[in-house]
Amino acid sequence: MTYALAFEKLTLGYDRHPAVHQLEGEVADGSLTAIVGPNGAGKSTLLKGVTGVLRPLAGQVRFGTCARSDIAYLPQQSDIDRSFPITVVDLVAMGLWSEIGGLFGLRAAHRARIDDAISAVGLTGFESRIIGSLSGGQFQRALFARLLLQDAQLVLLDEPFTAIDAKTMVDLLGVVRRWHGEGRTVIAVLHDAEIVREHFPETLILARDLVAHGPTPKVLTAANQFRARQMCEAGVGPPHHRGRHAS
Amino acid sequence: MWEFLIQPFAEFSFMRRAMMGCIAISVGGTPVGVFLLLRRMSLTGDAMAHAILPGAAVGFLVAGLSLGAMTVGGLIAGMTVALLSGFVARVTALREDASLAAFYLISLALGVLIVSTRGSNVDLMHVLFGTVLALDNAALILLSSIASITLFALAFIFRPLVLECADPQFLRSVSGLSTITHFTFLALVVMNLVGGFHALGTLMAVGIMILPAAAARFWAVSIGGLIVAAVAIAIVSSVCGLLVSYHFGLPSGPAIILVAGIVYGMSLTLGPVGSLAAPVFRHRVNA
Repeated sequence: MTYALAFEKLTLGYDRHPAVHQLEGEVADGSLTAIVGPNGAGKSTLLKGVTGVLRPLAGQVRFGTCARSDIAYLPQQSDIDRSFPITVVDLVAMGLWSEIGGLFGLRAAHRARIDDAISAVGLTGFESRIIGSLSGGQFQRALFARLLLQDAQLVLLDEPFTAIDAKTMVDLLGVVRRWHGEGRTVIAVLHDAEIVREHFPETLILARDLVAHGPTPKVLTAANQFRARQMCEAGVGPPHHRGRHAS
Repeated sequence: MWEFLIQPFAEFSFMRRAMMGCIAISVGGTPVGVFLLLRRMSLTGDAMAHAILPGAAVGFLVAGLSLGAMTVGGLIAGMTVALLSGFVARVTALREDASLAAFYLISLALGVLIVSTRGSNVDLMHVLFGTVLALDNAALILLSSIASITLFALAFIFRPLVLECADPQFLRSVSGLSTITHFTFLALVVMNLVGGFHALGTLMAVGIMILPAAAARFWAVSIGGLIVAAVAIAIVSSVCGLLVSYHFGLPSGPAIILVAGIVYGMSLTLGPVGSLAAPVFRHRVNA
């Protein structure tokens, strides 16, 4: 089996407090994987480790079929300052960073792609709105448009369906399925077991240590979820430090 | 009207120089102030302004009221405090605001001590409150150069800086520019404070960066609009402040900052965006 990425004794954390501990495993190329686990299980930390935002304390993330530069990453909404006065079109355009960098302007072809991405997530007409004036669902649509523009082989989503309306969730799940259909590897941190069972064929249960990883029907059992909660509660001290979030 | 508004500038070259100096500070420093405000670092700007003092004081100790020595000293002190407080926040349990507060208080006390051992109260007043009415050619060239460098640098780092403010996790996932952007921005803050301190003094320099930026929040919503509005408010406040200072015999630095304060107060009550009166405007438009 070819893998998109592999974890090799991966330990991640903040200030020497491990939030993910000695993780081993492979994520198959083109798979659609949910990462689930209790609060403080290290789910978001794991995604930050994959993007390179956070350096491993030990071990490594090995990239197989895709490069680290070929990642599209959706941070948690709470990590984004929505009071910052930029427009929807400017936010979405940031998805072209790998092509235009920090300095160069947008050409007509880029603008057409931005319009297409905004239209694909149903935000046409909102282009010049300031992001602070959008609802939670509209804002998440804008962030998905940015992901579409990044056109990456590996897509990492951190709580993509939190604080959004049902209609938006259905539309955005459609986008996720489309990525999966195109052969991209998608990894999403989720907390709703129903969504995982229905839409995500693979599941990785994390409680700082790996609890289980494999096909969702086999892995996402009440026993495994109970074990994950127990492991998290038994952990030594909270993985939070100085207000930094490590769920 | 002519006599009140134009004559002071037409008649006296020190007024024209003061105006040019203030415009340079407004054009360079205020956009930096807008980003300080948007990054919720307004008080960091204030702390950095105090941190500059011992450097300027050492410059003064070595070379008297020398523009170059005080500028270099201020830059070194400001950057040292910025880097040290960032370093302490990363390697100890103290948060960055607390470590910055500790360093700037030490820095301020050291600065006042150094000036008072050598200089007179007049010198101390010069360092604390500036001398906008005594800007010479060298000072004007320095202020204009700082404004030019700031605008070029801001244009250069604009995109990563916006992302660093709005969505730092995303910036770190797509590029390695996050740290460079942060420290370039801090360097611009220090540079503009050092420039501003020659005209307005260490205590007032941050005022012309932050007050117009805060006032602009009530007039514009986009980042470009905020910068344009803030620079315009800073220039108008500077010119009005100089006129008030001239006609009523008041110290010019505080007069400029107080006029900016009045504009802020008016914006807070009457501005079209998010002010106290904004709901009334909306009601009228909808009616």
